[in-house]
Amino acid sequence: MNRVVITGAGTINALGRSVPETLQAMREGQLGIGPLQMRDLDRLSVKIGGQIKNFDPEAYFDRQKLALYDRVTQLTLLASREAITQSGLEITEELSEATGLVLGTAAGGMNTWDDNFRSVYEEGKNRVHPFVVPKLMTNAAASHVSMAHNIKGPSLTVSTACASSNHAIGLAFQMVRSGMAQVMLAGGADAMLTFGGIKAWEGLRVMSKTACRPFSANRSGMVQGEGAGVFVLETYEGAKARGAEILAELIGFSMTSDAGDIVMPNQQGAVRAIRGALRDARLDPQDIGYINAHGTGTAANDKTECAAVTEAFGAHAQALMMSSTKSMHGHLIGGAGAVELLACLMALRDGVIAPTIGYEHPDSECALDVVPNISRQAKVTATLSNAFAFGGMNAVLVLKAI
Amino acid sequence: MSVKDKVIQIIAEQGLLDMADVSLSATLEDLGIDSLGVVESIFAIEEEFDIEVPFNANAPQESEFDISSVATIVSAVETLVAEQT
Repeated sequence: MNRVVITGAGTINALGRSVPETLQAMREGQLGIGPLQMRDLDRLSVKIGGQIKNFDPEAYFDRQKLALYDRVTQLTLLASREAITQSGLEITEELSEATGLVLGTAAGGMNTWDDNFRSVYEEGKNRVHPFVVPKLMTNAAASHVSMAHNIKGPSLTVSTACASSNHAIGLAFQMVRSGMAQVMLAGGADAMLTFGGIKAWEGLRVMSKTACRPFSANRSGMVQGEGAGVFVLETYEGAKARGAEILAELIGFSMTSDAGDIVMPNQQGAVRAIRGALRDARLDPQDIGYINAHGTGTAANDKTECAAVTEAFGAHAQALMMSSTKSMHGHLIGGAGAVELLACLMALRDGVIAPTIGYEHPDSECALDVVPNISRQAKVTATLSNAFAFGGMNAVLVLKAI
Repeated sequence: MSVKDKVIQIIAEQGLLDMADVSLSATLEDLGIDSLGVVESIFAIEEEFDIEVPFNANAPQESEFDISSVATIVSAVETLVAEQT
């Protein structure tokens, strides 16, 4: 089996338009969540989100291309471009067929659905733009990345709600490890901050109107974000041979299903995913120094996640650090795991642990070191990243310093 | 139909029960209504009475809308309906 390393990372989200900007914001505990800017805001009861403000697509793409790019595709393309540039990888004709990509998204081209439903239902139009289907399809972003970078190997989109990115990265990891591909791009994106998208979330009554405060006793729910995160995965040997800078090694992945409830998380499903990932990584619980939590800021997630970590790690649960960066960038849904993996890279490479901001009051059911409000210097050699999706689909990744 | 009867009808429907089996002292849990059922019942109440119910599923006990029993729900809905007119 091949060793698998990360040699490139790219992102765009409410905290920044690149990895360095995002990591600096995480280090400083910046808040990317703020008042939403969108039409018909007065008809929403949730008016905050982790929105990418003042984003002008025409500054990045020509108009002909934009006719085919939903916002989620635009964000994915920008993150992919940054990741590939950083990796220094040249996808030659020879390498092209051994290179693939797996991206995760929950909603795909949500803005395109929203805009075109408006025009046919609300405005009563009888005609929509001819590219609506290729623009909104869930695999559009992955397809455009493959076209933009001449990726001709296995490419696909996975959709497991809030765990989409972790599933995507985990599957790509397995594909490189098994030798199915030499290089894989992996990550995910979502852009669900549309009027209809927010209305749908409002309905569940788990959204906060004020702030995302994971693990804090006065938490009031989740806050939606948007954005993309993409990584370049390749074999350790390949990366070494071309003299690439290695950001971290991916060493473990596990996925489980709760077979329980469509929205409520399940402690046992989470415990099995964490234990499975450690087993896959051949690590003991005490090897993990930092966990990037799923940490949505809902009572259901936070209590279940803390109980699962306590069960899976035993006494070591009190020694490790666990934070939720969703407090800063919001919940990126299908893009969450990818942007959050950046916090793991920062922990491993820079020795900086991203904080859980907005933390005000301890909750006895979340009595772990959640790195409240201020980032911390610490040396960690292995990290875990949790994602526990609606529908009970869990995916956990393990990264190691190199 | 009174506000009380309409609320009981909504709760009975959610719990797949006869209206006669929904006692005022029962909790939603007693009636077999889980967290998703609670959210769905509140939606049905909002639609029926054209009101906004202040309820956050993250902290039901802290919401202004008291769902601890059928009686408290009926009384909270009566208050909201009265405020509206």
